[in-house]
Amino acid sequence: MKYKDYYSILGVDRKASAEHIKRAYRKLARKYHPDVSKEPDAEEKFKEVAEAYETLKDPEKRAAFDQLGSFQPGQDFRPPPDWWKQFADTQPSFEDIDLADLFAGLGGHGVHRARGRPGPIPGQDYEVAVQITLEQAYHGAEFDLDLSLPEYDESGLPRRVPKKLKVRIPRGAVDGQKLRLPGKGGKAIDGGRDGDVYLNIVLAPHPLFRASGHDVYLDLPLAPWEAVLGTTVRMPTPGGPVDIKVPPNTAAGQQLRLGGRGLPRPHGGAGDLFAIAQIAVPSTVTPRERELLQQLAAASTFNPRRHFEENA
Amino acid sequence: MNIELTEATWLEDAGEISLAELARLSGLEEARLRELVDYGALAPVDPAAVSWTFSAECVVTARTACRLLNDFELESHGLVVVLSLLERIRGLESELNRLRARMPRVR
Repeated sequence: MKYKDYYSILGVDRKASAEHIKRAYRKLARKYHPDVSKEPDAEEKFKEVAEAYETLKDPEKRAAFDQLGSFQPGQDFRPPPDWWKQFADTQPSFEDIDLADLFAGLGGHGVHRARGRPGPIPGQDYEVAVQITLEQAYHGAEFDLDLSLPEYDESGLPRRVPKKLKVRIPRGAVDGQKLRLPGKGGKAIDGGRDGDVYLNIVLAPHPLFRASGHDVYLDLPLAPWEAVLGTTVRMPTPGGPVDIKVPPNTAAGQQLRLGGRGLPRPHGGAGDLFAIAQIAVPSTVTPRERELLQQLAAASTFNPRRHFEENA
Repeated sequence: MNIELTEATWLEDAGEISLAELARLSGLEEARLRELVDYGALAPVDPAAVSWTFSAECVVTARTACRLLNDFELESHGLVVVLSLLERIRGLESELNRLRARMPRVR
């Protein structure tokens, strides 16, 4: 099995007091707990920290951990020969047990806890963040989900077994939405309920579209003359391109609403698509264009800054 | 290997669930859930009903509560304050996201 140094994970000395260990844990939990943290990899980090604390806060487990000996993190090791006798009732029938699973089973009833405890034990629930694209939100998506689920041997010791799930997300999932895969989590023991998998949907940023719930926003750049004269443009939408009429005298920031062209809602209907007009100007103009614009400047009485004078 | 396709279901489609089910799905004890209702962190569909039912979305709040309770070793009142602040942050984040979506990108 692979060694993990629970002391260095919590950043404490091997001789640290229980109080010191608790303080170190609380500080790291505050920093990395996925419900309150914005740190990247918060979830992974917190898992390590929680695992370390789970063992070190319990005097019996801490003593068992100390007796394992000292190794490099990640180093393959075996507990000393009499370790099993001293701390567990049984030696597992496999080598690839995870340190966390080993210590979770220790204490009180020894490693037999999983089997020795009376009554059914429900399977573990899992929460997984799933990033989907806007196209997948629109059409629905199928993807593979890799989980590592515990399986138990005859003595009740768990072993992590990789499990692949093929999952279909229905159309209409948006950012922050939760989906459930009932019974697909950890297996229950002795007739308990199998665990569930919860999917937390995260919508990946899109180069053109910005989703807000089921509504979608899109910038629609117009040439100054298109904005004044009006035009028909071919515009992308999540469901495919459409031709839209831009009315004459469209100002920058004005929104053209295309009802029902946003993301589909789970139970029918769809959000709207909003095209936000922007006035784009060419970075270079031809001599002919310049000439025409100069003529326009000379002929026009339009004053875009009239309100400056009125309010001065 | 042929892997069976699993259909993900909308959490809100689970309909209304009982107090016992909410306890089972969240990992919190019923007594703790009653406390959270008392403090206003969870709302039954009909608080006056003899046996409470909850909308399935309450599972999310109750599961968050269970994590915070265990991982931060909180008591119920502190837990409720944390939950309400998290709820406010989520609200502000979605409002911010809505405003950002409406804001044209500068090219």
